[in-house]
Amino acid sequence: MSPAEVLLRGRDISRRFGGLVAVNGVSIELQRGMVHAVIGTNGAGKSTLVNILSGETAPSGGSVELLGQDVTRWSQPRRARAGLGRSYQLNTIYPSFSVFENCRLAAQAATQKPWQWWRDAQRCEASTAAARAAAQRTGLDRVLDRTAGLLSHGQKRQLEIAMCLATAPQVLLLDEPLAGMGAEETERMLALLAELKAGHGILLVEHDMDAVFRIADRITVMVNGSVIACDAPEAVRANPQVQDAYLGGH
Amino acid sequence: MDLATFLIQCLNSLQYGLLLFLVASGLTLIFGIMGVINLAHGSFYMIGAYMAYALAPLVAGSIGGGFFTTLVVGLVLAVLLGYVLEWAFFSFLYEREHLQQVLMTYGLILVFEELRSLLVGDDVHGVKPPEILAGSLPLGELMTYPVYRLFISGVCLALALGMYLVFTRTRLGMMIRAGATNREMVQSLGVDIKFLYRVVFAAGVAIAVLAGMVAAPVSSVYPGMGNTVLIICFVVVVIGGIGSIRGALLAALLIGFVDTFGKVLLPQAAGVLVYVLMALILLWKPDGLFRAG
Amino acid sequence: MSGVPASRALFVLGAFALLTLFPLGAGSFGIDLITKVMIYAVFALSLELLVGSTGLVCFGQAAFFGLGAYATYWLTPADAAPSLAWLLPSCMALAAAYALFVGALSLRTKGVYFIMVTLAFAQMAYYVVHDTPLGGGTDGVYLNHKPVLGALLDLDKPLALYGFTLACLVGVFVFLALLLRSRFGRALAGIRVNERRMRATGFSTYPYKLAAFVISGAIAGLAGFLFAVKDGFVNPELLSWHLSGAVLIMIILGGLGHLRGALIGAFAFAMLQEFFKSEAVFGSFARHWLLGLGLAIIASVALLPRGLVGVPAQVRERLWGARGDAAAEVDDEPG
Repeated sequence: MSPAEVLLRGRDISRRFGGLVAVNGVSIELQRGMVHAVIGTNGAGKSTLVNILSGETAPSGGSVELLGQDVTRWSQPRRARAGLGRSYQLNTIYPSFSVFENCRLAAQAATQKPWQWWRDAQRCEASTAAARAAAQRTGLDRVLDRTAGLLSHGQKRQLEIAMCLATAPQVLLLDEPLAGMGAEETERMLALLAELKAGHGILLVEHDMDAVFRIADRITVMVNGSVIACDAPEAVRANPQVQDAYLGGH
Repeated sequence: MDLATFLIQCLNSLQYGLLLFLVASGLTLIFGIMGVINLAHGSFYMIGAYMAYALAPLVAGSIGGGFFTTLVVGLVLAVLLGYVLEWAFFSFLYEREHLQQVLMTYGLILVFEELRSLLVGDDVHGVKPPEILAGSLPLGELMTYPVYRLFISGVCLALALGMYLVFTRTRLGMMIRAGATNREMVQSLGVDIKFLYRVVFAAGVAIAVLAGMVAAPVSSVYPGMGNTVLIICFVVVVIGGIGSIRGALLAALLIGFVDTFGKVLLPQAAGVLVYVLMALILLWKPDGLFRAG
Repeated sequence: MSGVPASRALFVLGAFALLTLFPLGAGSFGIDLITKVMIYAVFALSLELLVGSTGLVCFGQAAFFGLGAYATYWLTPADAAPSLAWLLPSCMALAAAYALFVGALSLRTKGVYFIMVTLAFAQMAYYVVHDTPLGGGTDGVYLNHKPVLGALLDLDKPLALYGFTLACLVGVFVFLALLLRSRFGRALAGIRVNERRMRATGFSTYPYKLAAFVISGAIAGLAGFLFAVKDGFVNPELLSWHLSGAVLIMIILGGLGHLRGALIGAFAFAMLQEFFKSEAVFGSFARHWLLGLGLAIIASVALLPRGLVGVPAQVRERLWGARGDAAAEVDDEPG
């Protein structure tokens, strides 16, 4: 079986804040068609790691490669344009815009053309088509005209993913997409992620252990900024270090 | 420039810088702890200066005191003013957006300016320093330096030290610092946050008023003085980094030196130099010299 | 999907129609006053692009206004009336150049910092004009000639200037209306609402903000040019922060986030000024008109959170109660 294409690679990433070491020599790989989950206790450095991969925080050491290119010095927007999508733990949507406009504006990032000051943005075929597609994929096509701030929490999390998809990225960095969701909404989201797996590489930070073990192909466990395990789910579950540090003796 | 002149300008720079630091720390205090940007802070400075002018005869006539008595009376009035203002006006600004705070306090500046105009007029006034501080110290063989200016520096340093001690060594200071970072938690611990904010605000006002009173003999008393000092304070905060007292001190001293020596060496460009300094620092460090937190 | 509600379009068209017909019945005082109001409106529109649309609270807009005015003075030759065709763009270009400088440095800062820095840079320009020989003195200077457009237009004539100002106002309004609904404009709105998401999606937000800043500066420079031509006189107070504050109040008073708010606000502010300055109402107390203005500012920010534009909705809500989802304003429409 040929090795899957590595879409995103972090090499020996570290990050210090004054005296505190938040991330300590972490290496991580994300392949196409795979869901790679990162788990760990609070303060383990997961969010910092994701911020470094996405480009929002500069690493103190190490490098990041996206689709084979060294993007360590690239800004977040530049990485996003190169195919890196990101969702946030706290909803980062445009609450005062409609659901459609949320997706359309996200999609516009791929076809910016800011010099065409006279053309109505709503008539831009590329972004409107991509918006509709993304909304449909995430099941929001029936609420396109609703003001995003008035959606239910689950719908907002779906919108968060839709905006990620609107630019047709290859890599998806998802920060706790299941946060605050009820059982039904969680099922819907997991089904969506399973569907999305095919064309993308998904890096997932999550606290919901059941969901993680259901959907992840690979799990990285972080404790105090370092990786203590990186393996298939069953191997991780059986790993005694992980059991001690995190799973609480399952 | 000979050594004596250089020394004089250094002392002047120090005095101006420390005064700026005092006013700027009141501004930063109110912003850092209550999250309110107060454009009228410069007005308090102006009020202080006009108090030094207008109160002196009143105090002399009624209680029979001189400069220092006027200072105390002014301080008491300032604390009262701060207390009432916070209760009547500023407490409504805490939850508002910065833009609204900017505009409402801008409206307040206009109100203060006109009230001053109505009560005391628009003339420029001089204020005499008190007798015991009116002399000069010899510097070298030919030059002397006014004792009063050293007094100003002394007062500013003493106040700065006092603030530092209150913040780091007292329970009140601890509560204030805690209230700045987590309002709800402090409230749930039983601290009356409203009272705390009122105290902090009154302190901020009192500091600015005191600075104005103390500076009056040196800077004279004129209508636009509040606005001028306010904008320079903004530059102090921008250069020093918001929330950083250390940064404010360094920035204030830097501005003191640049401005004072600028007036001597390049009189025409003097007003602009401070802003050029700010532009240069922004180029190098967009978050100011010391980022807070 | 992007049609403008009929009521808004009608309002704006009606306002422009009124302005066009106004000179027919007005005397020279009225024409002068409304020309001033229209200039304020152009000035306010420039700031609305920054504050209302992009969310950048700039407290130094007067610098670009004043520099546009001073450029008119600097570039007008001593011997002949200059041509509008090159003078106007040049003045706008000078204002835009300073905006590029200020924007490049201040846009690296955020929030309250940004407000302070823009104020400081405006003061810098003020001091250059006030203290150095460039400004021609603290009392101000007179323009040598008013510009002309060949034989067609002589801006020395009040009616010609009125018409030209109105044309500029309509032009700027239409330009901004188109700009705000274009991709560029929608990106600005996105930056205002959630800059983080914009960056996460792939927008480099700094160039967008800088472009908005420069365009805004150019329009403010246009307003300054018109002001200089109207009075034939420029003085350093055109760069004062009181003017920066005034234009900020205009757009808040009118209603942030709406182009017509800038029109309404400019008019309302000018009327407030005239009211408080009027000796007929206040007698000799009128010289303390800033007191009334200050109180009016405080009251309007406190009581009219959405500005005058929001008054119909506020009244409706008071009378019939808030109507939830349907009443929520979808933020898509500029104007």
